Amino acid sequence: MKILYCHCTYAKVVPPDVKKDVLRQLSDSGQAFDAVADLCDMSARKDPALRKIAEGGCTRIAACYPRAVKWLFHAGGMPLPDEGVAVLNMREHSADEVVRELLK
Amino acid sequence: MSRTEGKNLRVVLSEGPGSTPLGDGDRYRVLSVLLDNGFEVTRPVAGQEVAPPDDAPVLVLGLLHDGPLVTEDQDVHFRNLAEVDALDAAREVREVTGARKLDAWKPWFPVIDFSRCTNCMQCLTFCLFDVYGVDNKKQITVQNQDNCKTDCPACSRVCPEVAILFPKYAKGPINGDVVREADIQREAMKVDISTLLGGDLYGSLRTRQKAARQRFSTERDESKALLERKRCLGTLKKALDIPDEVLMTLPSAEDIEERAARAKAKLATRQARSQTVADVRPAPSDTEWGI
Repeated sequence: MKILYCHCTYAKVVPPDVKKDVLRQLSDSGQAFDAVADLCDMSARKDPALRKIAEGGCTRIAACYPRAVKWLFHAGGMPLPDEGVAVLNMREHSADEVVRELLK
Repeated sequence: MSRTEGKNLRVVLSEGPGSTPLGDGDRYRVLSVLLDNGFEVTRPVAGQEVAPPDDAPVLVLGLLHDGPLVTEDQDVHFRNLAEVDALDAAREVREVTGARKLDAWKPWFPVIDFSRCTNCMQCLTFCLFDVYGVDNKKQITVQNQDNCKTDCPACSRVCPEVAILFPKYAKGPINGDVVREADIQREAMKVDISTLLGGDLYGSLRTRQKAARQRFSTERDESKALLERKRCLGTLKKALDIPDEVLMTLPSAEDIEERAARAKAKLATRQARSQTVADVRPAPSDTEWGI
């Protein structure tokens, strides 16, 4: 199971307290993960790293709205698989809720 | 180089064999400062999965026991956190590898939800900045993200199917939130251009074009046209949430006047040239006309 955390660096749409808390808890968890500065930016660049994230087995993504994340990967030329991907929304949920789902 | 080109530097935190693990607070600080500055960071843990390496340059960063390891791969670099600051090291390696620098661009561009898009092309015809195009399957596509005007969600507002997202927009469903029936019905969300222009869109355009031709041919009044333009822009700004900066990138009144003057001068030159040709060339004979 892979974990991806998006820092949404280029905008302030994810509440700063939530994303900081999610990153801190992930950092302290002993769990392996990938952290990217901004998924929107990667999508715009069609970053090949998106393929590495999209490929393979189960992936949990801490970012924003699942519909946005799904179509950002598609726009980046690397559609997410229909199954085995969970997107946790840091714009709507608390850090504890997101981390609980990420690490379960 | 376009703002959407180039590879990011990937930083890998080394905390396994050959390194001393970072303290929890230190790891968080390193992660945080690198992400804030546009780097991608992987925290690997033995026996657990992360995204496999790609062809992006890599910086291995940690409290390394030995000096920098020697590798044949030109794009893998090692720096010891006991000797260098994480951000300084990342910036230095970014320079060495020519990896992409963080710039001031907020990644703002439309993302199409193809589960909703009906390929009606309203977005393509609406956008003034050539953001949209059509691919070889005649499917609408976002082809020039760089051209999109930051914070302008206007095309998503004219999309009749709510199929255009701007993930960094404040409100739903443009930000990717679930589309509810109320969103589709809501006037602010679904702006009907034809209503803005008064009835049948294409019919209105034809009528306006015809009327404009007649009006300009009899009484060309730039000041009236500019006033109308100002009024229309005000309506669009309010209805579509278009930022002032975007409206400011449209040609100014002075630009339009200048273009109009150039067009008039060009027309006068062309008319004068036609007149000269008519003067020097005798009228065609019946034979030349083929009568």
